[in-house]
Amino acid sequence: MQRHLDEELKELHKDILKMGVFAQEAIFKSVEALKDRDSQKAKEVIANDSNIDELELAIDEKCIDFIARYQPMAGDLRFIATGMKINAELERIADIAVDISERTLELIDKPLLKPLIDIPKLSVIAQNMIRDAIDAFINRDVELAKKVVLSDSEADKLRNFVQEELVNDYLAKDPATASRAVPLLLIARYLERICDHTTNIAEDVVYMVEAKVVRHHREQL
Amino acid sequence: MDKIKIKINKLNLWYSNFQALRDINASIREKKITAMIGPSGCGKSTLLRVFNRMNDLVEGVRVTGEVAIDGENIIHADTDLVKLRKNVGMVFQRPNPFPLSIYENIVFGPKVHGTITNKLELDQLVERSLKSVLLWDELKDKLNKSALRLSLEQKQRLCIARLIAVKSDILLMDEPCSTLDPQATAKIEELMRELKNNYTIVIVTHNMQQAARISDDTGFMLLGDLVEFGRTEDIFTKPQDKRTEDYITGRYG
Repeated sequence: MQRHLDEELKELHKDILKMGVFAQEAIFKSVEALKDRDSQKAKEVIANDSNIDELELAIDEKCIDFIARYQPMAGDLRFIATGMKINAELERIADIAVDISERTLELIDKPLLKPLIDIPKLSVIAQNMIRDAIDAFINRDVELAKKVVLSDSEADKLRNFVQEELVNDYLAKDPATASRAVPLLLIARYLERICDHTTNIAEDVVYMVEAKVVRHHREQL
Repeated sequence: MDKIKIKINKLNLWYSNFQALRDINASIREKKITAMIGPSGCGKSTLLRVFNRMNDLVEGVRVTGEVAIDGENIIHADTDLVKLRKNVGMVFQRPNPFPLSIYENIVFGPKVHGTITNKLELDQLVERSLKSVLLWDELKDKLNKSALRLSLEQKQRLCIARLIAVKSDILLMDEPCSTLDPQATAKIEELMRELKNNYTIVIVTHNMQQAARISDDTGFMLLGDLVEFGRTEDIFTKPQDKRTEDYITGRYG
């Protein structure tokens, strides 16, 4: 039977997809700004965050309205609950892109400590994870969601590598490098946090499709 | 581990040639609320009526299988139906108080069964029964008034009190709130939550939100089959059968 609420659910799908695209773009741009030492781009990421915040509020409102009017059950309920959580995760991801841009602005007038190789790599992992997590959400693809969850360890490893390199090769040897090394350390940490948020999204997708809770129980994947 | 109050095993029921229940198996837990949901004609009321053999009143009914209450099979020719119906009481969609006073409604059952004849004990029984359905404070000064003058919600409470007075320990409720407004429905639901401390309740309802709100276990029936039976939180968040999912999300039909 065709249901009116299916139309509304489709709209919600589209909004969350849009939110995912915005978050992905924010990260891409923030890391581009860092690589290109482009203050304009960094400022754009910061300025655009309010649009993402607005979209987050609009999606939240739609979900609450949907619950109030339809009292969803079963698959519909899991979709709405997951949609609300994913929405919040994506907004946090966009906030982290702002943090990256702010650190970029701190670094922009200072000479580069070293050529940027691993941070862009980490950024690619983060962006791919978000893309796959959103695809998994849209297509209800549990296998892709599981792949996202498992790729988080790759991000952890790379973040640890960047951290060790910056601490051992620069900070320990020459504390005067702190003003240039600490922002990079933070950016690596931010990118890894983005991957953590993305992992949460993928775990929520598994719950949405299979009603199986894998958050904090990765062994159940 | 929860005690099983009603154990249903391979239950089938026919009204003449029409099979209304098909191979039903389920365990109803003691002092819990079990909700039966499903579209009209799915067999949920028929199942409810098996528990106190009300279907026996329908001509041409035939039942096979077992329904054990406290371990005793009630689908048996020599089951004491008076005792069974005293133990397993029913509340109907439309409250049906006797055209008697409030007091007489409560003492009617115990008088018929001859369990209490002493006036003081009857008075205490009326007070106790009305208190357990939270009607005592409202009605204690009007006990001789006709029960027919009560509001629908009060009448429904009175009907529940009547069952409590004859010491039923299973309460069957067939759409008990369908004629009540939302406020009265909320009050009856609160009462059901209170009552489950002492009684096993089985409710048939078309209102899925009601089933989700008040029940501990839920069974979904379709065309005489018990499609799915389990914990209410599981049925309404992660049903295992697509037919259950379709029904509770409004896709059925």
